[in-house]
Amino acid sequence: MAVGTQYIAEQPKLRTSSKVLGAIAIAALLAAPFFFYPVLLMSILCFALFACAFNLLIGYVGLLSFGHAAFFGGAAYFTAHAAKVWGWEPLAAILLGVAGAAVMGLLMGFLAIRRQGIYFAMITLALSQMFAFICLQVPFTHGEDGIQGVPRGYLLGILDLNEPLTMYYVTLAIFLFGFFIIWRIVNSPFGNILKAIRENERRAVSLGYRVDRYKLGAFVMSAALAGLAGGTKAIVFQFATLTDVNWQMSGEVILMTLLGGIGTLIGPVVGASLVIALQKYFAAWNFPVTVLIGIIFVICVLLFRRGIVGEILELMKRRQKGAA
Amino acid sequence: MEFRGFLAVKDVTLSVNEGTIHALIGPNGAGKTTVFNLLTKFLTPTRGQITFKGEDITRLKAAEVARLGLVRSFQISAVFPHLTVLDNVRVALQRPSGLATQFWRSSNALSTLDERAMELIDAVNLSSYRDLTASELSYGRKRALEIATTLALDPAMLLLDEPMAGMGHEDIGRISDLIRRIAKNRTVLMVEHNLNVVADLCDRVTVLARGEILSDGSYDTVSQDPRVREAYMGTEHE
Repeated sequence: MAVGTQYIAEQPKLRTSSKVLGAIAIAALLAAPFFFYPVLLMSILCFALFACAFNLLIGYVGLLSFGHAAFFGGAAYFTAHAAKVWGWEPLAAILLGVAGAAVMGLLMGFLAIRRQGIYFAMITLALSQMFAFICLQVPFTHGEDGIQGVPRGYLLGILDLNEPLTMYYVTLAIFLFGFFIIWRIVNSPFGNILKAIRENERRAVSLGYRVDRYKLGAFVMSAALAGLAGGTKAIVFQFATLTDVNWQMSGEVILMTLLGGIGTLIGPVVGASLVIALQKYFAAWNFPVTVLIGIIFVICVLLFRRGIVGEILELMKRRQKGAA
Repeated sequence: MEFRGFLAVKDVTLSVNEGTIHALIGPNGAGKTTVFNLLTKFLTPTRGQITFKGEDITRLKAAEVARLGLVRSFQISAVFPHLTVLDNVRVALQRPSGLATQFWRSSNALSTLDERAMELIDAVNLSSYRDLTASELSYGRKRALEIATTLALDPAMLLLDEPMAGMGHEDIGRISDLIRRIAKNRTVLMVEHNLNVVADLCDRVTVLARGEILSDGSYDTVSQDPRVREAYMGTEHE
């Protein structure tokens, strides 16, 4: 839904400097577990990937899904079940989660892309709530209890994921892989057409593009990547519960993406880090953290509508223009 | 075509001959844009039939019609505002070149389209703006960009909805020349309010008023028609 959102036209040209920044960021991520609690970092990585997957749809196709929890939480259940009940190797279990989320994305997307804007959002919300209800009822999810005690196992039968540092680096690798895929999709010929559809759908149709197919393709990709995040989360935290499939989770990922900056590659990462870090650090406060995040959210939307990263990029672009 | 009981266009039989420039004129609200929307399947007719090159396209979807070579422009300039001029044209070139669905390749692969894109951009005198985003262009240049994008599909038939609207004198001359040039091996149907342009460019004129055809023929025949003068020209043409 493109209503009221500001898209960033073109990333400023800072190819070499963005490579340097990327290298610094990866170095920081590699060193991070020696300075921060690895579980917190892994939580951030999972949600950051989830937000990036969500952003692929809102930021680059202009579709606001209010049902992404179904893919995130659904994949968590599939992965957890495969790892715990069937004793699958963790990577295979995660891939099953990805495949499951992709199939769900195909079904939900097929119905939802027929409508636009708020109607699209409502269909995705309704379908994901149906899925949440199914998760509450069917036996394999264990209802209110969820699937607990999922074994982390040995990656490819070799790497012991019960080792926190090993688990962290595997999670980091999965995150970087997912992030790379999103970056590739966004900067591909296909991504170009997605942006064109976002910018002017009628025009894209008049140029002969079957926009429904492009939207569905993007929807399935976004769902599969959300599934990658959810499946990984199930292995990292060793459980899958109803929290992950509920509509609050869909809301949370919207919040993270908006906060960081819709339509920017690293915006969702920044947004997710901020929200997760705040939740963790203020959990011990007497002041309810939800209210705090709500206040921050309102301030952000009022002061910088493009999100944190979006505003920074805009500022740099203006500087560059001024200099030129 | 009915909009909830409102008959927007009724009994309009319009035939456009191959290789001609055909104008569709008429006062505001006559149904010109509705006819365009029907022909390009942005609206579905309640009754009637549309054929293109002998083929019945009445039930086809908008994208399919465009693929057959019947391509339209829009009244409100239809560009991709946050894409550069070059990218705007390349988007149109991507589909016929089979470079639209590849999500695993770098968009650098699109540079093979640059040469063709620049030819089209040159043709509408936008070369010096290639790296600006479309939103930064003036109104007239946006229209020019839209025409370049439409031409990128090399369509057999173009439907131009008020291509000169809001343009200055120089721009009108330039776009007129361009339309004449591209019409050499194509069919053009255009809605246009500027009657000098119509008189100058078009082989045939159809006048639409209140959803019905009032008159049809060469510009001279049509402009002599008393009903047309009454409904339309008497007030607007000097």
